[in-house]
Amino acid sequence: MRGRNEILADIRANKPKFSAPAPDVPNYDGDYPADTAGLQGRFIAVLEKMGGAWAEPEAGEPLEATLRRALADRLDANSIIASNVGEIKGNRPVRADDTPASLHDVDVAVLRARFGVAETGSVCFTEAELTANAVAYLAQHLVVLLDPAAIETNLHRAYRRDDYKTARYTVFHTGPSATADIEGVLVRGAQGVRSLTVIPVR
Amino acid sequence: MSTPDPNQTLNSAEAVHEAQPKPAKARPGQRVDHAGAAREFLHSPVHAQSHDERVWAMRQRRDTAMETIPEWEELRDLASQIKTHALTHLDKYLEQFADNAAANGVHVHWAGDAADHNRIVHEIFTRHGVKKVIKSKSMLMEECGFRHYMEGVGIDIVETDLGERIQQLDKEDPSHVVVPAVHKMRSDVSQVFAKTLGSDPNNDDAHYLTEQQRQATRPLILDADAGMTGANFAIAETGGFVVCTNEGNADLSANVPNLHVASIGIEKIVPKLSDLGVFIRLLSRSALGSPITQYTSHFRAPKSGGEMHIVLVDNGRSKRLADERFWSSLKCIRCGACMNTCPVFRRSGGLSYGATYTGPLGLILDPSIDAYRYSNLPFASTLNGSCTNVCPVKINIHEQIFEWRQVLAEDDMIPWTKKSTLAAAGRTLASPRAYRTAIKSAHSALKHLPDWALYNKLNAWGQVRDLPEVPAEGSFHDWYRKHRMDQSESASGDSE
Repeated sequence: MRGRNEILADIRANKPKFSAPAPDVPNYDGDYPADTAGLQGRFIAVLEKMGGAWAEPEAGEPLEATLRRALADRLDANSIIASNVGEIKGNRPVRADDTPASLHDVDVAVLRARFGVAETGSVCFTEAELTANAVAYLAQHLVVLLDPAAIETNLHRAYRRDDYKTARYTVFHTGPSATADIEGVLVRGAQGVRSLTVIPVR
Repeated sequence: MSTPDPNQTLNSAEAVHEAQPKPAKARPGQRVDHAGAAREFLHSPVHAQSHDERVWAMRQRRDTAMETIPEWEELRDLASQIKTHALTHLDKYLEQFADNAAANGVHVHWAGDAADHNRIVHEIFTRHGVKKVIKSKSMLMEECGFRHYMEGVGIDIVETDLGERIQQLDKEDPSHVVVPAVHKMRSDVSQVFAKTLGSDPNNDDAHYLTEQQRQATRPLILDADAGMTGANFAIAETGGFVVCTNEGNADLSANVPNLHVASIGIEKIVPKLSDLGVFIRLLSRSALGSPITQYTSHFRAPKSGGEMHIVLVDNGRSKRLADERFWSSLKCIRCGACMNTCPVFRRSGGLSYGATYTGPLGLILDPSIDAYRYSNLPFASTLNGSCTNVCPVKINIHEQIFEWRQVLAEDDMIPWTKKSTLAAAGRTLASPRAYRTAIKSAHSALKHLPDWALYNKLNAWGQVRDLPEVPAEGSFHDWYRKHRMDQSESASGDSE
């Protein structure tokens, strides 16, 4: 059995006998719109391509009504809505000390995104937004509040942020769970959520 | 990773009743017969055609995605340079990664080989009384024979990636690093699920089958004692690692049970967070043509109340670093683009390789694991270079395939029939007179020999395709002598 010291010694002895420098990585986001509306447009286009939905609240509409409208054909009066945001009340609290498996009955989890990425249509969460990480995967549907002003241009910009250095868990969600493992046919909701809806909150 | 296709495809109208080809696996110590297994695959024409079309569709989607990124070629250069930098400083970055992970509260283990890996994970499970494990797809764990080991010690492993689960339930290996069940038709999956999950054997709709699997797997996920994942990248700067899936199954495996064990190959190290921008932009676009996988998850520390272990696995990687011809194969990020573009892979099916790593990538990785067992594989290539052209980290794959042929010849690992045929070809090709005579006699044989003499067991080419038409004017040399020899002599000095 070879442990840390033996493996590192083998690498030192065997690694290529030259030393290549680390390249500089540009941000490649010169062509992205500079304004929030433009970035939001890019974000929505890719989000929808990846199977996600964008639900714009109507004038004066409470966010809970926007949620019910967006998920009308998927919810009934008894649906369990677990909300981690102040704007939507829900009927099932999620606590950090919940046993993860106990969250399996959630129909809709409502979360606030830390930020979005226009290039990929992704929303980002850490454990701070999730409260219990598993809720974002055990729930049948996911509703996400996103501030359009917090949309980064591309992944290079997204990785310049510090979230991954302080959070225990940081995740990009890009549309719902998907698979095409059976004869190449696309199916949403293979294991995780069956749908992902983003509601802008300015 | 599995495949979301933004352009939804439909099940083919007609149900298919052709049995799935199941090539026999080479026994321990035996040489894999790739050509023989590929021949079997081609004798199942519906499967062969579907495989070719689906794998090629992924290559086409990759091209479409690539064309939307003006800096694509620069990203490939950057990815290759970052990997070169990381691999030439691998000791330093591995130490930094391990120390940072430990400081984040993660238990870090080091495994010299596959047996070490399996034993270390088994010890963790024993200490925690783990009997039921949910697992995300990991090529490294396939390489280590992890699931088979755990079956032997009575620990239940459930794959949570749909394609990998299909293969597990069918007691078959994955045939592709990204889409493990791509060689199966929906009728094959329907049969497997009817037998193992009790689904309707007469329903082979992909939505129905996926839902059956979701319902069957959910209770196992909720009930698991531990979760396992691999990693696509490990970041020295943070001590964290990244897992990319489309189903969110790695996130279920890591976040539902309180114990999370991640197996990570030592070559997965990248120095900095900012390097991820390059690799995440390239990975799913190269694999499936989508801008990113549905889930890109960064694990840095155990969740509150949870426990996280990382097993860093060498298993021959530090040794491969020493070979100046082959070390750059360690740059591979397992996107599968080389397979999707390879004419041999598309027409032979991944199972015919009889190895964990299939396609062009397999041809350069497998012989370094077992030169004798996989000595036929470097010949499963036309050397057309397409694999090299699509590789997002710019590994010179086809050149390494060619190098492997030479290494295997020098080490006397090549079968006698192949050696003697190649030796005869070498003598013929070395002599212009002998070559012309051979061409003439081959042409006249093609024209005049009856089919039974051309299409038989001795002619591997003729078994699966027609031999070429004989040109009316004979060989190029004949044509050249007739039309150009005199003119070119008189026109010498002219440029066209």
